[in-house]
Amino acid sequence: MFAAVFCLTLLGGALGLLLAVAAQRLKVNDDPLAAEIEALLPGSQCGQCGYPGCGAGAIAIAAGEAPVTLCPPGGRALAQRLASTLGIELDLSQVADGAPMVAVAREDICTGCTRCRKICPTDAILGAPRQLHAIIRDACTGCGRCVEVCPTESLALHPVAVTLETWYWPRPQLPI
Amino acid sequence: MRIVHVRGGVRLNGRKRRAERGRITSLPIPAYLNVPLKQHIGAPAEPVVRVGEHVLKGQLLGRPPGPMSAPVHAPTSGRVIAIGAAPAPHPSGLDTPTITVQSDGEEQWIELAPPIDPLALDAAAIEERIADAGVVGLGGAAFPAAVKLRLRTRHPIHTLIVNGAECEPYLTCDDRLMQERAEEIIDGVRIMLRALEQDRSGPSIRALIAIENNKGDALAALKKAASAHPGIATIAVPTRYPMGSEKHLIRAVTGKEVPARALAPEIGVLVHNVGTAFAIHRALRFGKPLISRIVTLSGGAVASPQNFEVLIGTPVSALLRAAGGLRQPPARLLMGGPMMGAMLPHAEVPIVKGTSGILALTSAEIAARPAAPCIRCGTCVAVCPCGLVPVEMVSQIRGGRLEGALRFGLLDCVGCGTCAYSCPSRIPLLQYLNFAKGELTARERTKHKAEEARRLAERRRLRLAQQAEARAATATARPRQQHRHPEGSEATGAPDRTTNPQVAA
Ligand code: SF4
Ligand code: SF4
Repeated sequence: MFAAVFCLTLLGGALGLLLAVAAQRLKVNDDPLAAEIEALLPGSQCGQCGYPGCGAGAIAIAAGEAPVTLCPPGGRALAQRLASTLGIELDLSQVADGAPMVAVAREDICTGCTRCRKICPTDAILGAPRQLHAIIRDACTGCGRCVEVCPTESLALHPVAVTLETWYWPRPQLPI
Repeated sequence: MRIVHVRGGVRLNGRKRRAERGRITSLPIPAYLNVPLKQHIGAPAEPVVRVGEHVLKGQLLGRPPGPMSAPVHAPTSGRVIAIGAAPAPHPSGLDTPTITVQSDGEEQWIELAPPIDPLALDAAAIEERIADAGVVGLGGAAFPAAVKLRLRTRHPIHTLIVNGAECEPYLTCDDRLMQERAEEIIDGVRIMLRALEQDRSGPSIRALIAIENNKGDALAALKKAASAHPGIATIAVPTRYPMGSEKHLIRAVTGKEVPARALAPEIGVLVHNVGTAFAIHRALRFGKPLISRIVTLSGGAVASPQNFEVLIGTPVSALLRAAGGLRQPPARLLMGGPMMGAMLPHAEVPIVKGTSGILALTSAEIAARPAAPCIRCGTCVAVCPCGLVPVEMVSQIRGGRLEGALRFGLLDCVGCGTCAYSCPSRIPLLQYLNFAKGELTARERTKHKAEEARRLAERRRLRLAQQAEARAATATARPRQQHRHPEGSEATGAPDRTTNPQVAA
């Protein structure tokens, strides 16, 4: 009996040790997929997807609750990268790329309250108290949070104008 | 010299006869000229004149902001009446920054630099003068000529190919130029050779002037002009579209293949158009900037097709009027050749440095038919000069799988349109390919912007965290002062004014 107790104890101990080591070595984060997806998202926590931030959005995509096309600032480029990360087929041409927007301030009614500057997730707004605020177009993701806080409705989102540099041939419309 | 066979391509009906006979004629000076600030690959020039200012012919209007750009000059003397947006010669019909000059009809030149012997200059001085004269590739791509020549510092060049192939139907501007100004072209070639040969030991560089064998007179004229110069030879290449494409011309003439997505200088070859050689001759011998070019006006709707020497900035409508107008309203107005040219939205757009021709085509010439389903005949595969499989690329694009098209070599497509021209089902293959290339570039741009937004957001997060920490430190140092910023209000909390870099800036 002593031998049996000894053997089983030894066996239990050894296996326990093995499991402990394995748990350390092969440690898996809570959800590696969500983390991977979050790394792809813009990270500006703008909330345009309807989730409280990029992290929550990523969890929703990983759980299959949200489509890969949820992120407006990421556009089709992001949708396509998410689709290939998740290994799903996506007909991107059918995904309407919501026309990219950019915030524009109306000079005559901006009071220089600085609220928009403080809330902008990408620091795209320049200005000082009681001075006209300006938006750096290249840094603006069009998330619209500044528009919400502007007390005078000086700010509004406008579609980004197509220029000769950004224009390209439309997809041919064929019935077949 | 042996000509290497190039795969694919098509024999096109040249339709050159109507315009090729008459001599190059100068156009009367139009009432106003629209000079776009960007007529080249690279950054637009920056205006150096003001509205209302009087300018002389050849005076600098726009200065290049960096090395990858080109200046623009006043095509005639007159008054600057506007600096702003005007329609670009582009299928989109969008505007482009433009300087409008109202001509005074005096044609008063600026003081030109005294003539010097360009062959006695060193390479850097030659390149500087070419750059200052605003010379860009006149074959159509409008790549700044000096930038191209400077590639010699990065890659050893052994062959200069002067492109006189002119493979597009209708166009005869290079043909006429070669017939009438052969000596000047050879002089331009010698100047380029001089720049390329500088501080080079070893065998000298050869210059080959390649001309399609349907242009006998041009070939003879250049052969005669080149006979006095042992380093320069003419060579007849088969008449087969797209022979004038840089990669295919190099393959035909030297037998070498430019690797996918590589530049020709990487294999020691530089290609310049004959028109560019002529512009270089003018710039170096006479100090004259590039303010005019030869333009073919042709097409079934044009009353009398001909080649004109046109001032840059001349409205297309003025060219049409001066040439005796149209026989009938054109079904399509094109800038450039019928294969690769740009459809014009209307005639109120200017002639630019890259304009080789204006074509007013009738509906009979376009012969548009609605597209039919693909019959998988394989014609497009057989004719593609780049060895691609257009039918597969397009079926991937139609299915929305642009990555698939990339795997089939979309980026190696030179957009020559041979596939679309040859397709018996008239599927707009080229437009699908162009759409896919544009869409991929746009996605790349969005991706870049998203990455930038991410970086900015991260920087802001760090800054807010630092500020919160600093406040916490002050709060513990002076425990009686109330901490006004509760936890969790970071995103909306006011950053400390004195440490906010935006206020400090
Ligand atoms: S040429 Fe036209 S019909 Fe023939 S395989 Fe290509 S796409 Fe199809
Ligand atoms: S347009 Fe592109 S795919 Fe079509 S023939 Fe030319 S190189 Fe080939």
